[in-house]
Amino acid sequence: MCLAVPGKIVSVVVEENCGFRRGKVDFGGVRREVSLDYTPEASVGDYVMVHVGFALSVVDEAEAQLVFDALRDLDLLDELQEVSP
Amino acid sequence: MKFLDEYRDFAPVQRMADQVRKAATQPWTIMEVCGGQTYTIVKTGLQELLPDLVTLIHGPGCPVCVTPTAMIDRAVGTALLPNVILCSFGDMVRVPGSSQSLLDAKAQGADVRIVYSPLDALQLARRNPDKEVIFFAVGFETTAPANAMAVWLASREGLMNFSILVSHVLVPPAMEAVVSAEGSKVQAFLAAGHACMVTGYEEYHAISRKYAVPIVVTGFEPLDLLQGILMTIEQLESGRAEVENQYTRAVRQTGNQLAQRRVAEVFEVTHRDWRGIGYIPSSGLSLRTSFERFDAAVKFHPSLGEIEESGECMAGLVLQGLLRPYECPAFGTRCTPDTPLGAPMVSSEGACAAYFHFGKRKENNESFVSLASANYG
Amino acid sequence: MNLSCPLPRPIMDRILLAHGGGGRLTHQLIENLFLPAFSNPALNLRHDGALFNAGNGQLAMTTDTYVVHPLLFPGGNIGDLAINGTVNDLAMCGARAVALSAGFVLEEGLAMETLEVVVASMRDAALAAGVPVVTGDTKVVDRGKGDGIFINTTGVGSVFAPQPVGPTFVSPGDAVIISGDLGSHGIAILSVREGLEFEAPVFSDTACLLPAVEALFEAGIEVHCLRDLTRGGLSSALNEIVVINGLRITIEEALIPVSDVVRGACELLGLDPLYVANEGRFVVFVREKDAEYALTVLRSQKVSSHAVRAGTVLEHTSGIVTIRSRIGGNRVLDMLSGEQLPRIC
Repeated sequence: MCLAVPGKIVSVVVEENCGFRRGKVDFGGVRREVSLDYTPEASVGDYVMVHVGFALSVVDEAEAQLVFDALRDLDLLDELQEVSP
Repeated sequence: MKFLDEYRDFAPVQRMADQVRKAATQPWTIMEVCGGQTYTIVKTGLQELLPDLVTLIHGPGCPVCVTPTAMIDRAVGTALLPNVILCSFGDMVRVPGSSQSLLDAKAQGADVRIVYSPLDALQLARRNPDKEVIFFAVGFETTAPANAMAVWLASREGLMNFSILVSHVLVPPAMEAVVSAEGSKVQAFLAAGHACMVTGYEEYHAISRKYAVPIVVTGFEPLDLLQGILMTIEQLESGRAEVENQYTRAVRQTGNQLAQRRVAEVFEVTHRDWRGIGYIPSSGLSLRTSFERFDAAVKFHPSLGEIEESGECMAGLVLQGLLRPYECPAFGTRCTPDTPLGAPMVSSEGACAAYFHFGKRKENNESFVSLASANYG
Repeated sequence: MNLSCPLPRPIMDRILLAHGGGGRLTHQLIENLFLPAFSNPALNLRHDGALFNAGNGQLAMTTDTYVVHPLLFPGGNIGDLAINGTVNDLAMCGARAVALSAGFVLEEGLAMETLEVVVASMRDAALAAGVPVVTGDTKVVDRGKGDGIFINTTGVGSVFAPQPVGPTFVSPGDAVIISGDLGSHGIAILSVREGLEFEAPVFSDTACLLPAVEALFEAGIEVHCLRDLTRGGLSSALNEIVVINGLRITIEEALIPVSDVVRGACELLGLDPLYVANEGRFVVFVREKDAEYALTVLRSQKVSSHAVRAGTVLEHTSGIVTIRSRIGGNRVLDMLSGEQLPRIC
């Protein structure tokens, strides 16, 4: 079962008695309450991967960018090669 | 949607496909393990962007497909008991057991409800104290933390009317079964990114070494899959066989340890039968005895009929990547999504269903190859 | 001698079995609720059937029964669907609705207030569409035997299209145009059923499509086929067409308009927007050379202000619909098998 969707934490609620953390997560305009109990490090503004109502991982935004930087470097390389054959 | 859309954009995807084309100099056969990855590949027509040298075969990472008939029969039987609310993910409700599916049982009067999370089932239990609420807990390691939490919460609250029917399976034993099977053509794996989000990927080193296969933890969007394929080919071309992580934005080497701890607290590893593949030792999860009162299989004893797998269904060979769906004689004729013989035709991410829905049909005048070469710009 | 009680009976707050009995309560329901709402000369005669003029040309007729749950949803209710849906079906035949019937099956225990809201919406929708509800029927079933309200509307229309329209008139090379973004109705319904929350609410797209259709014909465009998108979404509409005419349609995923929030909901629920229900969208087939002009005409109408060209009809005769994904790969867009179920994998 693999459909995990990235969403942005908009607010966090901590239950008084037991300390359970729940977050309101925004998925492109749809908001759903998600359990944050497996991602205690996640806070408002973070993106989390959500699967069946649970955040399982915080998205590493720097890592996410790497592939696009690499592809852009390739494009630049191509341009250079075109300019100087 | 951020962290989704940009991995589906035309330009970066084409660029990455270029890199794959440059990297492959000989034929390679790669298996993508997870059904969700199969779904993306077939839905986006990703295979068309790959050079002919690269063949993708679809793995058994469809927990719906591998749930044994006996387990579905048990779910159906339990659903038909009086006073029961049977909750399930949508993926599961159309899969036929030996005589009927959960949807068929619903038509007969069973209270079957589709939920998006085990927490929904838990809420139903709280709100319906006079009913027995059972959650059909099917899934890989990705879903185990959610199910573990549901049971843990139920235990904490002292809920007496909540239980789960466990059919959890584990990815690495399945991969091992596939690569060690006679006739296996798998030379490398794209490992299931979201399962690894939970488990990490340290346990894959042993498989990689033992069978000398590259294993690349891969995501689910087209750009992820192409990058995973590129990393795999680079390993294959240079004779390496290591575990690498493509899905670094979501997966850490050690995974989510909080989730792992909760799973270990509630579940233990057990042997499991895989529909279509057979018995694989230490390949599943079951509830620990300390949580036995939440085990629906212990709590309820529905009468079960004779269990018969369809003789014609070749799901096992498809799940192991030894057969393409359209190579099965029943595919598209006697076995269709409306009249399925086996699980891979029913499950939304089963290879047979994906091939059927997305056009790889034998009986069409056009094969998929000619679809790809159609000149409509 | 008049035996009826002179005191006005208090208005019931719930539908009773007696409301369907044909006696006093039925009479009151009709007189106090339905007649005032739909009032028109034909209906007011209170005859068993209605007489009306339908123009001199060809007639079109359609019927549909509405069983939506929940009855009330953001952007509308079952009443809007019942009127718009039938008016739209006639419009898809190139016909203008001239009269509607409305048959109600009510469940015992239905809140009168709900019925009043639904009937008021039907009144408004019928006025907006310029069509009278000229005859009707009411039955009541036991509690538990109906989903609140079922409505059947049958429409008679006067054909105004200069040539016949339909799947058999679609030609290879035709442009496939969609009148607007997909999936709002289905997601609006689901938002109630699943308790989804939105940053900005998603409203059903239920609407009367007649003005847009009339505009196309008035502009002198040769319209080959019209089809409104309902259950099963764009995919079902296109598949139904190719099953009839055996042609092949191809569409471009990148050109299909879906709002961000509908997409987000679909991602979350594991649904495909191409299969999600609509109630105020249609697809139109015109010759390639008319495509640009057709788009201009459609965009001048409120209900189709975001019309786009989404695909083309091909030469190949194979009776399938294919889609080119955003990344450039192709697949068949299959007919829905049963109901679309949410997937988590």
